[in-house]
Amino acid sequence: MAEFSTSIKENGDIRIINLKGYLDAHTAPTLENNFTELINSNNFKIIVNFEDLAYISSAGLGVFMAYIENIRDNKGDIKLTNMSDKVFNIFDLLGFPLLYEIYKKEEEAIKKFSGS
Amino acid sequence: MSVRNKNKAGELRVKSKTENLSEIRDFVSTYALAAGMPAASIDNIILAVDEACTNIIKHAYKLSPQGEIIIKIDYDEEKFTVTIIDYGKSFEADRVPQPDLQKYYREHRVGGLGMYLMKSLMDDVEYISIPGEYNQVLLSKNIRSG
Repeated sequence: MAEFSTSIKENGDIRIINLKGYLDAHTAPTLENNFTELINSNNFKIIVNFEDLAYISSAGLGVFMAYIENIRDNKGDIKLTNMSDKVFNIFDLLGFPLLYEIYKKEEEAIKKFSGS
Repeated sequence: MSVRNKNKAGELRVKSKTENLSEIRDFVSTYALAAGMPAASIDNIILAVDEACTNIIKHAYKLSPQGEIIIKIDYDEEKFTVTIIDYGKSFEADRVPQPDLQKYYREHRVGGLGMYLMKSLMDDVEYISIPGEYNQVLLSKNIRSG
């Protein structure tokens, strides 16, 4: 069975979700639960760090689309960071860079949340 | 799992559960490696097959876990072909439009991306659907293409 896990760390009012392993139709609900919990506890500034993510399918990409509007309506955002070329290519193929801020490093996304 | 290099073909039968997606990906990966495909092509084929099987689980079998999915692989020096068969609800591939991500975003739609990915990642995608009997999707990639 595919291994997938997440961990969440705090940085001021920013919450950073670290993804690890394989994000597919089977494991996507784990990430959905993370977003639901963050939204329910009024955390809308969210960074997702992809550094340890080995694989993503469209079921995984769909998770980001499912929550982004609610989060932006609450003056927050989902910023994506530290993607491997392989994972970025899939986001790029589906046009995500037009709709999401994608940074090479987590620090850049933190700065963006803090500075503006 | 042993790869039968002699006839360069293999078959995997699994039930329509998302937990089987990783076994399906491993199966495809083993054969794509044996076929000598470039790493980027292997990644693309694995994702395309995952998307096809996810669509079958969600749409043909509507998340019922007892459906059967048959994945057949055939390859020669030029072409790597994956044939995926299911006995669920038939599917009209021609009626799935190319996704407009901005529109999906506005309409909160999260499905429909898989088909677009499959067509983008493979050299050829063909559907055959015989209502009440079976559906078949054929994914192929030239061995030397990127």
